[in-house]
Formats: sequence, C-alpha cells, structure tokens
Amino acid sequence: MTLSVRDEVFAGLVVLVTLMGFVAARWRAGNLHQLEEWALGGRRFGTIVSWFLIGGDIYTAYTFIAVPALVYGVGALGFYAVPYAAIAYPFGFLFLSRFWSVARVRGYVTSADFVRDLFGSRPLEVAVALTGILATLPYIALQVIGMKAVLMHLGGAFAIGNGDLALSIAFLLLAAYTFTSGLRAPAMIAFVKDTLIYGTVVAAIVIIPAKLGGWAHVFDVSAATLAARPKPGAILLSANLQVAYATMALGSCLALFVYPHSITSVLAAKSKAVVQRNMALLPIYSLMLGFLALLGYCAIAANIRTTDTSSVIPTLLDTYFPGWLSGAALAAIVIGALVPAAIMAIGSANLFASNIFGEFTPGRAHADAHLSRLLTLALCAFALGFVIFVPTTYAINFQLLGGIWMVQIVPAFVLGLYTRKLHPLGLLLGWLAAMAASTAIAASTAVAGKGISVNVTLPLFGHSITVFVALYGLAINLVVAIAASLLLRLFRANPGTDGTTPSAYA
Amino acid sequence: MASRLRYLLLLLPFIAYLDPALYDRVEPRLLGFPFFYWYQLLWVAATSVILGVAILLGRRKQ
Repeated sequence: MTLSVRDEVFAGLVVLVTLMGFVAARWRAGNLHQLEEWALGGRRFGTIVSWFLIGGDIYTAYTFIAVPALVYGVGALGFYAVPYAAIAYPFGFLFLSRFWSVARVRGYVTSADFVRDLFGSRPLEVAVALTGILATLPYIALQVIGMKAVLMHLGGAFAIGNGDLALSIAFLLLAAYTFTSGLRAPAMIAFVKDTLIYGTVVAAIVIIPAKLGGWAHVFDVSAATLAARPKPGAILLSANLQVAYATMALGSCLALFVYPHSITSVLAAKSKAVVQRNMALLPIYSLMLGFLALLGYCAIAANIRTTDTSSVIPTLLDTYFPGWLSGAALAAIVIGALVPAAIMAIGSANLFASNIFGEFTPGRAHADAHLSRLLTLALCAFALGFVIFVPTTYAINFQLLGGIWMVQIVPAFVLGLYTRKLHPLGLLLGWLAAMAASTAIAASTAVAGKGISVNVTLPLFGHSITVFVALYGLAINLVVAIAASLLLRLFRANPGTDGTTPSAYA
Repeated sequence: MASRLRYLLLLLPFIAYLDPALYDRVEPRLLGFPFFYWYQLLWVAATSVILGVAILLGRRKQ
C-alpha cells in the first residue's frame, strides 16, 4: 500500500501524539493513583502550560469544522462565535478567580463539589453534576464526529467501514492514555495541537484569500452567492437577527466556563494569577477562530459546493495547500479532537465518581482516582458507540441542548460564588423548571429528520423577537429560584450548612 | 476606587458586542473587510488588552 505525502504526514503526527499521551505519565511525575494528581495534574501548571491546555480544551476540533461551516451555510449569524469567545473572558476573569481560590482551599475537583460544600445540599450537588455529564457526553461525541469528517475526507485505508475502524483505534488509544496519564496527556498533546492549528490558520489566511483575489473580493462574492441561495443568507445580520446574534453570544459565553472540561483545565492552574493571566492571553485563540470562521466565506468564493457542511474546511484546505501542509492541517483537526475529548472524559468521569456515586467531602482530592479512571474508559466507549450507531443529527441536537442546559447551573454555581441568599431548594426548583421548559421549547422546533433550532421566535413586548433558548431558561430559572427562596425564607426553612468561609474566596 | 474602575473596564467588551445594531454594516471597510468583521476582530484584541489592564490595576491595589 502506498500513501501520499499528505497521508504520511497526517499518520505520522497522529502516531506521534499518541506516543506522547503515554509518555506524559512521567511528566512532572506525581502519584497518578491520587485524584488530584491524575485529574488535575497536581494543580501545578504555570501560565504557558495552562494557556496551551485551556486553549486546546475549549477551542475544539468540532469548532474548527462547525464554525466555518456555519458561516459558509448562513453567513453573518455564524460569526457569533467571535463575540462569544471574546466576552467569555471578562466573565471568566471575574468568577473563575474566585472559584479557583475556594477550590484550592477546600479541595474541590468539580463545580458540584463547591455547590455541595456551599449549600450543604445533596440533591443540588447531583443536579449540577448530572447537568455537566449530560451536556458533555454529546460534546465528546461531536469530537468523534469531527475526527470522522477528516478520516472520510482522507479516504483509502482511513475510511474503511465509514471511517469507523480508524476512529475506533484512535479513540481506544485515547481512552488508554487518558486512563494511564490523566490530565497530563492532553496537556502535553495540546502543545502539538495548538502549534499545528496556529500554523494551519496563519498559512490559510496568507495563502487562500490571495489566491481568491483578496478579502474584498471574497466578501463580495459571498454576499452575492448567499443572497442567491434558495434559503438566502447574508454577510450582515439585518434587524431581525441582531437579537438572536447577541443572545447566542451571551448565552454561549455563560456556558463556556461552567462546562466540566473547562473547570478541569482551569483548576489545574497553579495559582489565581495564572488563571487571570490566561483570561487576558486566551483571546489570541478567539482571534484565530475569527479568521478561521472567515474561511467559510473563502470556501464560498472558491466555489466549493457540498451538502455535507462538515467537509467544507477539509476540502478547502486540500484544494489550496500543498500535500504536506494539507496533511499537517488535517492532523491538526484530529489532534484538536483528541485533546478536548480527553479532558471532557476526565471532567465528566470526576462528576460521576465524585458527585453521583460518591459525594463531596473535604480532603477528597487526595482520594483514590480508581473509579474516575475506569469511568473515563466507559465514557469514551459510550461516545464512540454513540457516533457509530446513532445518526449524527442526534449528537448535534443533544450538544445544542447541552449548551442550553449548562447555562442552567449558572445561578447555583456562579451566583453562589458571590451570594448565598438563594435557598438550595429554591435553586433546585429553578433548575428543574428551566431544564424542563428550555428542553421543551427547543424540542418543539424539531422537524422530522432535521436538526432542532436553538433560537426561538416568541412574542415579547408587542414584537416578535428571536432569542437563544438558553436565556429564556435562565430567566425562568432565576424567577423561580428567587420566588421560592423568598417563600422558604418566609417559612424560616433551614438554609443548609455552608462549609466555606469568606477568606477562602480571596 | 481601583476595583470599581476594574469592573467598569470589564463591562466594556459586553457593551461593544451585545448591541449588534452598533456594528451591523459594511462601511467603512478596512483592508477589504466589512465594518461588521473588522470591528468585532479588533474588539477581541481590545478585550485582551482590557484584561491585561485589569490585572495591573489589581496588582496595584495590593
């Protein structure tokens, strides 16, 4: 069997990072049977390692495929990823600094640990943990889908059995080195991933628009082509989509850093200063994401036509890059899926082991990591099976729902960092109402065989406004939580025991 | 004082982005980019600088 230069470079890089994943167990060696060492790398990562790790974690392969694909498909609305990935940082700067401090003092490994410690409520702990797991599982599945898109595009031996063979091998190896090395594996691989991604994006911005006649031309052709589609798009929003754009950016921003995988990589930082410095430095990734999004327009201008939008970026890169660079770029996408998938598996395994099977106790960070490690294997297998046996639309729908669900732990988790005025039972009721209502609203948009819509047009103040469902959920959540808390206070209900002290947040 | 200024600073990116009517137009273009795009990309860089300033303000407080 002969491989092209592209395929050799691709395979070589993927094999390299797989080896790194196993070697990582020896990096800054610690007792990997201890939860804090395995799951959080011993909380020892400095500014640079954290920057690669957090960036490698939240800018996932699926993002690299889906964001340009959305811009290619609908135009300006797809660019919401940019404001989202900018305002997430001032928001994270505020609450993650506080969360990191209290987590260090009290020994938290998950967000649910904090909620349990603050409110003394086991049901609220389970609610927060369950939300994180439910939102993360389809997110892992989407990483697998991102890998699959690349494997199918490569064709040949990579695409045997619809790509499922290569996919299964890559994913089982991922599960194996995550089991042995814990968070150290994705932390180490993230260096390769991000270097490749930055290289790819810079090369793409330099090479592709120039070959297409410059950016002005790319935008003009895109505007004309989008307008002429059966379902027209545009390179501007126009008044009816502005609210949807803003609420999608805001809602997604609220969700980003409460996801379990974000929490995991943030808690691995060695100090609060490292977290803050990273909030200032991570927007560099958002800038890159912005240019990557615009490659969607380059694909329109290059006259790439496909109904399967996940192949837009692989096809574009393959058309304009020399073989070796194309191989490196495609490897970047696959490796870009492995890093977040590993951290997502670790984050949700921790929630399972610590907050569902077990419950938070101070000092648990030094407990045995065995259960979390085993669960990582199970979660990876589940995500792989999901992609192989269930239609792709389901994974995408669930991931969209997941983004809506994550926002619903913001009142208990993020507000909890600032005030304990809300009663745990009130917060639980608010969460329950919001989860049910937002899921029902989003599900009602489903059309047979197609995806759900996360933006819903509802009459509001005499206008019909299109808004991201997550924010409807959050409004319901807060109204119920506040009303119930006031009632509970009226009846002098026991507010539960607070294990934290004010000094722990400083 | 420094901490109040810090919170105001952190609010700026939200103001810049969350009313798209502010920037939902093509002109003026920059290097071929419609205003909608270069405005938002520029604000990513501005957000980074603002957070850097917020860190310095926090350090001065201590």
